Amino acid sequence: MSELTLLLIRLAFLAVLWFFVIAAVGVIRTDLFGSRSAAAAVARKPGKPARQPAKPKKGEPKQLVVTGGPLQGTIINLTETPITIGRANDATLVLSDDYASSRHARLFPQDGQWIVEDLGSTNGTYLDRSKVTRPTPVHLGQPIRIGKTVIELRK
Amino acid sequence: MSAVDDVAAVPMTAKRRGAQLIMLAFAVAIVMVAYANVGLGEGGKVPAGMLGYGLGLGGLMLAAYFVLAKFAPWADPLILPLVTLVNGIGLVMIYRLELATRLASANTQLFWTALGIVMFSITLIVLRDHRALQRMTYTAGFVGLGLLILPLTPFLGKQINGARIWIEIGGFSIQPGEFAKLALVVFFAGYLVAKRDVLALAGRRLLFIDLPRARDLGPVLITWVVSVGVLVLEKDLGTSLLLFGAFIAMLYIATQRTSWVLIGVLLFAGGAFIAGQLFSHVGDRFEVWLNPSDPALFYRTGGSGQLMQGLFGMGSGGILGTGLGQGHPWLIPLSFSDFIFAATGEELGLTGLMALLMVYALIVERGLRTAIAARDPFSKLLAGGLSFILAWQVFIIVGGVTNLIPLTGLVTPFMSQGGSALLANWILIALLVRMSDAARRPPPQAIQDEGLTQVFQR
Repeated sequence: MSELTLLLIRLAFLAVLWFFVIAAVGVIRTDLFGSRSAAAAVARKPGKPARQPAKPKKGEPKQLVVTGGPLQGTIINLTETPITIGRANDATLVLSDDYASSRHARLFPQDGQWIVEDLGSTNGTYLDRSKVTRPTPVHLGQPIRIGKTVIELRK
Repeated sequence: MSAVDDVAAVPMTAKRRGAQLIMLAFAVAIVMVAYANVGLGEGGKVPAGMLGYGLGLGGLMLAAYFVLAKFAPWADPLILPLVTLVNGIGLVMIYRLELATRLASANTQLFWTALGIVMFSITLIVLRDHRALQRMTYTAGFVGLGLLILPLTPFLGKQINGARIWIEIGGFSIQPGEFAKLALVVFFAGYLVAKRDVLALAGRRLLFIDLPRARDLGPVLITWVVSVGVLVLEKDLGTSLLLFGAFIAMLYIATQRTSWVLIGVLLFAGGAFIAGQLFSHVGDRFEVWLNPSDPALFYRTGGSGQLMQGLFGMGSGGILGTGLGQGHPWLIPLSFSDFIFAATGEELGLTGLMALLMVYALIVERGLRTAIAARDPFSKLLAGGLSFILAWQVFIIVGGVTNLIPLTGLVTPFMSQGGSALLANWILIALLVRMSDAARRPPPQAIQDEGLTQVFQR
């Protein structure tokens, strides 16, 4: 066994050792930033309907962001559960806005799309410029206005 | 109020069995490559036993994996592969030293590893809910104390290399102290959960430090007396430091009060100083620590010879090491047990040692992560305490070997040759796995989905 081969084996072994450490850190990384498959696995766990596709596709919204009004900057991570918006305490996004009703609107996923539905509010829910009268699909970046609050879906 | 009360936010988790299996295979592969490397470096050919050792370790870990997948499916995916790597590198180093010295025995170590896996599996299978341990707080305390003083009993106890920490049963020598530390951590966790409010809140404020009440000092003093007793009667500096450090760290986790840490450090420093003045075996360690390169100390028995050989070894290893099988690690006395880290340092160099330390750090990180994610205070304290004693052990022995702190005879977890420590550490890992399974398991779904608010303020 020549010196050179041994030297190369030695360096390669150390490199592999460090690669292991880096791979381990890579596994941990998902712990900090979350992973798509992890979210899906949790969603899949309760109940067994398997109706939802395992992985959300690339273009699907992952966050609901408040872009205007007193709650500006709030972010809600979207899961499979519907989101209710209103002044009621049990709403997902609780508004303190005189122009909003206690149960104002609802956002829910259906076949990979998020749908906004007005729950009979006094002042109405607006998608872009038009009033929402029946459940309407929401696209990425489309502003939804509820009283003084504006929200939109983001990736 | 304290670190134990936290939000019930459960991070998104998944089982990640695939990642776990891949990392496990990777770890076993690294160990096999290391075996081959030892053979190539030593004799110029791949050792005959490589497949046996490699497949043996691989089979054991696969068994552990299946137990884990069946009985703790939500457990952290990284703990087992990381431990596998450290244990495997330890096996390789012992195999490597066996080629040179008679005292090391890779077969025995592989046997103990197998037993360790068995203990790991039994713990996972029997202990379905770790909170059962909380009910045994005081039992665990008494068991721990009993195990600690067991080596002092006249017929069972045995003194090896100056420390009276072994007992001999039917030809096997066991270090009960290794198991005592687990029992005591369980006791500390249970005790502190019950008492932490008193310890955290009552007291006076002096300058910027909250001083505890005098009577609350009781448990700290008792632990201190026990630690110093171990130090003096069993001549075991390592275990003494380990126990007291673990208690102080857990006290800090439970109460978040710096004053406890200060009191603890002062108490221990004072105790160690007085013991150093009174008892020669403690004093010698300090002397060696301060002047290791003094020739008079170097040639004295129990002097700095071993420490200096270790430092020479790591020095000749340098940044990249001499390569596995190509150094002279057997020149360090006890290079297969206490000084395995120095022996590894000679052959793998600073680069390899740093990788190993990173692996230890990652194991500890996973443990602390479990403590953060755990839902009840007992689990938080237990997971935090167990991760801490693992980190603390590594610190004490690596610090000792590199002459950062006075050398104390502790094993390097999972690497050093020695059955008791290996078994105890595998049980420790099983407890961590059990808790991480409980912490990462998704909570039962609420009946009304609408009620689950998830507003995150940025």
